[in-house]
Amino acid sequence: MKEVTTSGHRGLDFEEPLLFEQGARGRTGVDLPEAKGAKNRLGGLQRKGDVGLPGLSEPQVIRHFTRLSQKNYGIDTGFYPLGSCTMKHNPRLNEKMARLPGFASLHPLQPFSTVQGALEVIDQVAAWLKTLTGLHGVAMSPAAGAQGELCGMMAIRAALTERGDARSRVLVPESAHGTNPATAASLGYQVDPVPGNARGRMDLDAFRAKLGPDVAAVMLTNPNTCGLFENDILEVANAIHDAGGFLYADGANFNAIVGRVRPVDLGVDCMHINLHKTFSTPHGGGGPGSGPVVLSKALAPFAPYPFLVHDEKGLRLAENGQDAPKDAKPFGRLKGFHGQMGMFVRALTYMLSHGGDGLRQVADDAVLNANYLLAALKDELSAPYPGPCMHEALFDDATLRAHGITTLDFAKALIDEGFHPMTIYFPLVVHGALLMEPTECESREGLDQFIQTVKALMARLKSGETAYFQEAPRLAPRRRLDETQAARRPVLRFRPEA
Amino acid sequence: MSGLRYTKDHEWARLDGEVATVGITDYAQAQLGDIVFVELPEPGKAMGQGEEAAVVESVKAASEVYAPLGGEVVEVNASLQDEPALVNADPMGRGWFLKLKLSDPAAFDSLMDEASYQAYLKELA
Amino acid sequence: MRYLPLTDEDRQKMLETIGVHSVDDLFVDVPKAACLAKPLDLPDHQGELEVERTLTALAARNLDAASVPSFLGAGLYRHFIPAAVDHLIQRGEFLTAYTPYQPEISQGTLQTLFEFQTQVVLLTGMEVANASMYDGATATAEAILMARRITRRDHVVISGGLHPHYRDVAGTLAIGGELESLPPEVAGDETLAAKITPKTACVVVQNPDFFGNLKDLTEIAGACQAAGALLIAVVTEALSLGAVESPGGMGADIVAAEGQSFGNALNFGGPTVGLLACREKFVRQMPGRLCGQTVDVDGRRGWVLTLSTREQHIRREKATSNICTNSGLCALAFAVHVALLGEEGLCRLALINHEKAVALAESLAELPGVELVTENFFNEFTVALPAPAAGVVERLAERRILAGVPLSRLYPDEKALENHLLVAVTELAEEKDMKALCDGLKEVLP
Repeated sequence: MKEVTTSGHRGLDFEEPLLFEQGARGRTGVDLPEAKGAKNRLGGLQRKGDVGLPGLSEPQVIRHFTRLSQKNYGIDTGFYPLGSCTMKHNPRLNEKMARLPGFASLHPLQPFSTVQGALEVIDQVAAWLKTLTGLHGVAMSPAAGAQGELCGMMAIRAALTERGDARSRVLVPESAHGTNPATAASLGYQVDPVPGNARGRMDLDAFRAKLGPDVAAVMLTNPNTCGLFENDILEVANAIHDAGGFLYADGANFNAIVGRVRPVDLGVDCMHINLHKTFSTPHGGGGPGSGPVVLSKALAPFAPYPFLVHDEKGLRLAENGQDAPKDAKPFGRLKGFHGQMGMFVRALTYMLSHGGDGLRQVADDAVLNANYLLAALKDELSAPYPGPCMHEALFDDATLRAHGITTLDFAKALIDEGFHPMTIYFPLVVHGALLMEPTECESREGLDQFIQTVKALMARLKSGETAYFQEAPRLAPRRRLDETQAARRPVLRFRPEA
Repeated sequence: MSGLRYTKDHEWARLDGEVATVGITDYAQAQLGDIVFVELPEPGKAMGQGEEAAVVESVKAASEVYAPLGGEVVEVNASLQDEPALVNADPMGRGWFLKLKLSDPAAFDSLMDEASYQAYLKELA
Repeated sequence: MRYLPLTDEDRQKMLETIGVHSVDDLFVDVPKAACLAKPLDLPDHQGELEVERTLTALAARNLDAASVPSFLGAGLYRHFIPAAVDHLIQRGEFLTAYTPYQPEISQGTLQTLFEFQTQVVLLTGMEVANASMYDGATATAEAILMARRITRRDHVVISGGLHPHYRDVAGTLAIGGELESLPPEVAGDETLAAKITPKTACVVVQNPDFFGNLKDLTEIAGACQAAGALLIAVVTEALSLGAVESPGGMGADIVAAEGQSFGNALNFGGPTVGLLACREKFVRQMPGRLCGQTVDVDGRRGWVLTLSTREQHIRREKATSNICTNSGLCALAFAVHVALLGEEGLCRLALINHEKAVALAESLAELPGVELVTENFFNEFTVALPAPAAGVVERLAERRILAGVPLSRLYPDEKALENHLLVAVTELAEEKDMKALCDGLKEVLP
């Protein structure tokens, strides 16, 4: 279905050339005074040739990126049930607060006396996270969830090293996010996968069988990536603690239990929290994230630089060995400066907006919405595990396959219907997985519309219209893209006449 | 030439003197889909039986290719660098991966022969 | 609660559909012992107005660099951000999208990343760039890990002019590596080539270095090449690339940089945007997301994430890095700002920064007891004061002047650096600001 117009545009859907295809010499989008031509001190290291950047005026730049934005699907656009990613509403108050000059225009190396309000923000976010999780300390600097994992696992490694107990193995359930094994492996641990059981949980017996004096930790996501609560969690915690190891929790799915269950009461020793998931800082097309890590009393002393210290003058940051309290044993530094302050401001705004009561309601509604989807769709699609689920409803491709299409085909048909597809082919433990996370921010009417659409699509499929799915999407700014060509002959930058 | 031999990981090997040519089977390439990249070892590298010899990548997956038998890499198929699609088009021929000088050529016959491999594939189906 | 659409009636009807009596029934898998019996000790929800008042009061307790003369740099630089940048990055389609897993409805993010990658390649003089890292420090650590994978060697030589945070992050993440850091040399003199051995994977040099010194990298690039090691060039002030010869032009193999100067506010240190670029032959050892060009089934040009088998979601424990989310929105801000500047704006802005810095450096050098340590620089330089710099900075802050970064903040163990002050000057510094700094120093210096 290729509508041909003279311009290439199709109504409001524009064919937008690259920036590099629309520049002209002598054009610019900024007005700057002439340099004075004073003597330079570049020591003969001036740039020898042009950079090669195109020149565009401001209206061109605005139109370019506006048109590009219109080729994107965001939470603001519609239902975005991308499992594991918690695509909840991003309140605009958060954005407004982060842009107050008193936050946005602070340099991280200003004297502490001039940034007491900023340090107070970090301290307040830390206090909320500690209260919500019940854990003793929190490392605020990790830049994203994956870096938070690294932080937590490095704290574990440091604690083990200190007690002269170097261990070599980390247990990771097969259903885990890819970041878990990647994190453990990057620290030199041997990753030992633990199989799941028929109920979609980690197999407790298999886990116990793998325990030993060489196991540093188990990395568990709870609720897990199948959207199910690991109901054996207390047994897991006891077993790993008895074996001298630690329970690392991947907090990607904290939204399901925030305000209702404290990780400390599940036996968790440390957990990263994705502020861009549970606490609604924007996903921004792939970041920035922010991944503070809550730590037990045993692990907290190993938190990396910098960290907050309260002293007689107020708040300050310990940034290196000279200014750290005596009991601190930081394992190093993970990031330049202090962490994702812009995200802390947004998260605190969100926390204060919801309050303790609202956050508990968040968990309730997120779980209610997911179970509503599961109940409505389990007879349409096939659900590998019975409910109740937590904040995500998981389906497999058994029904789809029986009618001759793949999970990918089904996802692409949802695009034509105006929905962002769910997470597909993850978790790996379920064949052709479809993982739906509606979040608490979707209305019942919105869910009903999605449910009706899935049912209508399934009716279409059962009537034999497989080609309809295999050719989808037809109505998106682009149809299916050739990923094989992209990988075989990588074109990773614009070249003139490429 | 003493015919083709196979492994349970879907590698094939063909012996010529004491040098075995190694690749992946038609079944393996079909499972992987469009191959976009093949990472090959440096010639001269020694490897034991079952050790990782190469990596073959499709768009969404990367799979290890294991040495069917122990030996030293004497040659790799350089044309796969520019044309990984050869693995899909001709897995048993121009899509070969590497040549191994076997440390124990006699072990060649311990691998599955054509009939056993076909029976193994039936089991998988 | 304004962000929660479900009404009590909705909830009741939904529970009926599910076939349970209460939401508690959905939490049956949680061990009873772990369920909170009573609400946590946290304040209740608040309206938008009340929250705004609270945050505004917190912001008011800070002295922001926008309202006073400010000369702080040391890796993050306050530049003027055109209004169009913030307008565009707040478009909901950019702001509230995630990683472009469904390329058909993510072409906006993808084309922007492709343009960002191209801009980074052009600025650094490299051949490929990824779709961003967390920040310059983590980009540098990843560059080192990458060089070790490429060369299969573990020895790493780190210049004493590398930002101390970058050095510390590299040290923290250098699992199994053998890092050799040279001591800080304020004037920038060091002989890195002598440290290269046959086991050296890479040499890491920052340009301009942490103290502001501009360096010609060609010689060390040659020494690296001769030894089979890689040269990693680090840039913390990306705007310098508009005036100074690119790292690629001087022979670098990998460039790790902080891109905050384009389009991104200081944000008290984060989020910012890490840049990572390299030669094309190293691309499969590069971590992070990469956007590539292709066509759709109708033959129309489009973009996808590509070479994903390097990444954790596919390769798991064999991935090049555990990085997942990067700095997408900060990369967009970078791309918009660089697009607005264009060739002419970039070069002019860089030159303005340089000239202002030269002017202030020369004025400061005329103050009694103040010595300009940096001979050649871009927009940042080090001066030696006749008194400990930290105290001077504190006293000037009381006079509402943010004078710069005392080196003692980052080198507390280096007594020799106690009196040194690192001063950055951007286009935002007005003549009256520079005069205020000079006058202030005259008042507080002994």
